[in-house]
Amino acid sequence: MPGFDFSNYNRNAALHAQGVPLPKATSTGTTIVGCIYDGGVVIAADTRATSGPIVADKNCEKLHYITPNIWCAGAGTAADTEFTTALISSNLELHALSTGRKPRVVTCMTMLKQHLFRYQGHIGAYLVVAGVDPTGYHLFTVHAHGSTDKLPYVTMGSGSLAAMSVFETQWTKKLTKDDAVKLCSDAIQAGIFNDLGSGSNVDVCVITDEKTTLMRNYITPNVREQKQRNYRFKRGTTAVLNEKIITREEISKYVTVHELDDPSVSAAAEKMDVDS
Amino acid sequence: MNHLPQAWGRPRDDVYGPYNNSYLQTSGPSQHTQSPIVTGTSVLAIKFKDGVVIAADNLASYGSLARFTDVKRLLRFNSRAVIGFGGDVSDMQYLTRLLSSLEINENYSVTSSTELAANNLHTYLHKVMYKRRSDFNPLWNQILIAGLDVADNPYLASVDLLGTTFSSPTLATGFGAHLAVPIMRRVCPDEEAAKELTQEQAVETVRECMKVLFYRDARSLDKYSIAVVTKEGVDLKHGEKLEKQSWAFAEGIRGYGTQVN
Amino acid sequence: MGSIFTAAPPQSGPGYSFKQTPTTVPEGTRQHGFYPYTDNGGSTLGITGADFAILAGDTRSTSGYNINTRFAPKLFKVGGADSRIVLSVVGFAADGLALKERLDTIVKMYRYQHGKPMSVAACAQRLSHILYQKRFFPYYVTAILGGLDEEGKGALYSYDPVGSYEREQCRAAGAAASLIMPFLDNQVNYKNQYVLGSGEGHALQARERELLPRKDVEELVQDAFSSAVERHIEVGDGLQMFIITKDGIEEIYKPLKLD
Repeated sequence: MPGFDFSNYNRNAALHAQGVPLPKATSTGTTIVGCIYDGGVVIAADTRATSGPIVADKNCEKLHYITPNIWCAGAGTAADTEFTTALISSNLELHALSTGRKPRVVTCMTMLKQHLFRYQGHIGAYLVVAGVDPTGYHLFTVHAHGSTDKLPYVTMGSGSLAAMSVFETQWTKKLTKDDAVKLCSDAIQAGIFNDLGSGSNVDVCVITDEKTTLMRNYITPNVREQKQRNYRFKRGTTAVLNEKIITREEISKYVTVHELDDPSVSAAAEKMDVDS
Repeated sequence: MNHLPQAWGRPRDDVYGPYNNSYLQTSGPSQHTQSPIVTGTSVLAIKFKDGVVIAADNLASYGSLARFTDVKRLLRFNSRAVIGFGGDVSDMQYLTRLLSSLEINENYSVTSSTELAANNLHTYLHKVMYKRRSDFNPLWNQILIAGLDVADNPYLASVDLLGTTFSSPTLATGFGAHLAVPIMRRVCPDEEAAKELTQEQAVETVRECMKVLFYRDARSLDKYSIAVVTKEGVDLKHGEKLEKQSWAFAEGIRGYGTQVN
Repeated sequence: MGSIFTAAPPQSGPGYSFKQTPTTVPEGTRQHGFYPYTDNGGSTLGITGADFAILAGDTRSTSGYNINTRFAPKLFKVGGADSRIVLSVVGFAADGLALKERLDTIVKMYRYQHGKPMSVAACAQRLSHILYQKRFFPYYVTAILGGLDEEGKGALYSYDPVGSYEREQCRAAGAAASLIMPFLDNQVNYKNQYVLGSGEGHALQARERELLPRKDVEELVQDAFSSAVERHIEVGDGLQMFIITKDGIEEIYKPLKLD
């Protein structure tokens, strides 16, 4: 069965009617912007993800890959922006293989709006679509209900007004690449400092005819403060209620155990952030 | 005549027909204004080294209708305080009357030798607004008070329909809180920056903000009042027009999606 | 045209673009109720030591996703210049201010009428009564009162909005209370900390709690807030601390992150 699974719909509707609250989705209460310049297009985003008033992720990525020459900035429900862009990215890849042509930005925009319109706003994805194709550089916004806009500079998310205030005072018709990057990052910073839904760092993506440059954490104006005290506990501080040791021999009954002899291969995917 | 007070002094029913009693209170709970009707949008203000600049446009909206286009939403209280009103216009006019009676009392009073300072006025308005909200009968306004405090330092503070007060070197109500505050905070992020800011810079920033608000606030107007309060007094100008608007972005726009021409 | 004149004007300014818009028309006559409260965010905390009490609060005031101002104090000295009592309020700022003004007046009147400053214990009970007086239209605030008791020890009283109160060693209140309080339990009252090798399983000896020196408490307060700022959107901008000792009330201000 393709598409969404609605089999729990009736049960959930009944539970909701009895007062069970809906599960809280992580929302990227966000500032995202985009701006066209002479020779390409720039999009930018902040990196805060929130769940109510709590910061769920301090450095999330809101710039989504569609094709090498098309990128999306997403606001709204985090899962919806991620899955919608991934789906359209897939379909566009297949489309490109089938036609043997480079995908166009309007194609991406049309696929997004038709997908979102079908779900009547229930897919809470608010996107800024930007890219370069044989017909030129393009910048669009797509709302969750399926409406689109085509403008030389756009903002979206909870910090859209703060960001727009920057564009409305600084934007000019002739912009260089550096101007556009500065303008977009200033707009994001207006969102970061004036809108509580936005925060942390600035991500920027520049798309030109030749190449796409993703500048992850282009500006980091909100580095975490050094703690005054050391919070490392003395060994044995935590109560050990019981102890069970599973030997390698025992565990290899269930899984295959490989020794990591090569020191260059790290078992941990990412190093955990630990206070020293 | 009978013993019912509501019938006293009314024309006799048998002569003039039954009187329309619909104006009388129902037996239910007392009703108060629960929503604003004719409204003004943003008020913005910014402190600079010698005083405060405050501005508000001249529009009063009736829902989405631009009903009155010549409304003065800035009030000169005395030579050291100007008040800017956002929200309901009738409540603004009530407050204007309240404040004029306060000013008359102040002028006739023997005890007060100097004029009421902006911070005193702010305290007064805070008490009025908080009392009204506590009576469940709010005055539906967001108010900015700009001027000089008792020590002649620039003073800028806000009070709203709930009685919430706060002070900042830059303040704006309504849509301005979203669109104008980010611009104003760029030139004046804190009190130290306000002490460096010149009057020209402050006026220029406020005019720029009024322009952005006209671009993006659907309930705004390109005609506005602007006031500068310094030790020299209040310079209040009504009916200023927005200058140097730029709609250059509009030229290149074709459609909203796939349209080319 | 009719709809223009019957519809109430837009209420709450611009909505967030991702807010769920209603899909059905509300039934019956439309009436907009006036809700007399709002939440202005922020957090406060208090910790006591042997001969001092520290109260702290961030200085951000919010409404919705907006920052009203980056400097709105939540800590107030109560009872005039020679007083040793500090009140912190967090929640609805207008009620907080009204509460502070009432308590301030009362403590000052006590000074004039009795010729001596009010004790913290008396002030604490009076505050409880002020809050309970408005049981059915409460002051929507969480208050913490700090000072020095009659023996010169640090005293701290925490309240709920309708006047239930308790003397405590430490308390966090406001938006980030649920983030700060567990940290305080662990670092001030040594909850979940045991003495190494003091027993097996549940028969462990809990780490003895001691009164912390002032420097340690100041550092804990700063760390609590710099952490709360990281994870709560309504906390930030500045940290204001009042340290109450027998010599007076010392104020410390430290900047916090602005995002």
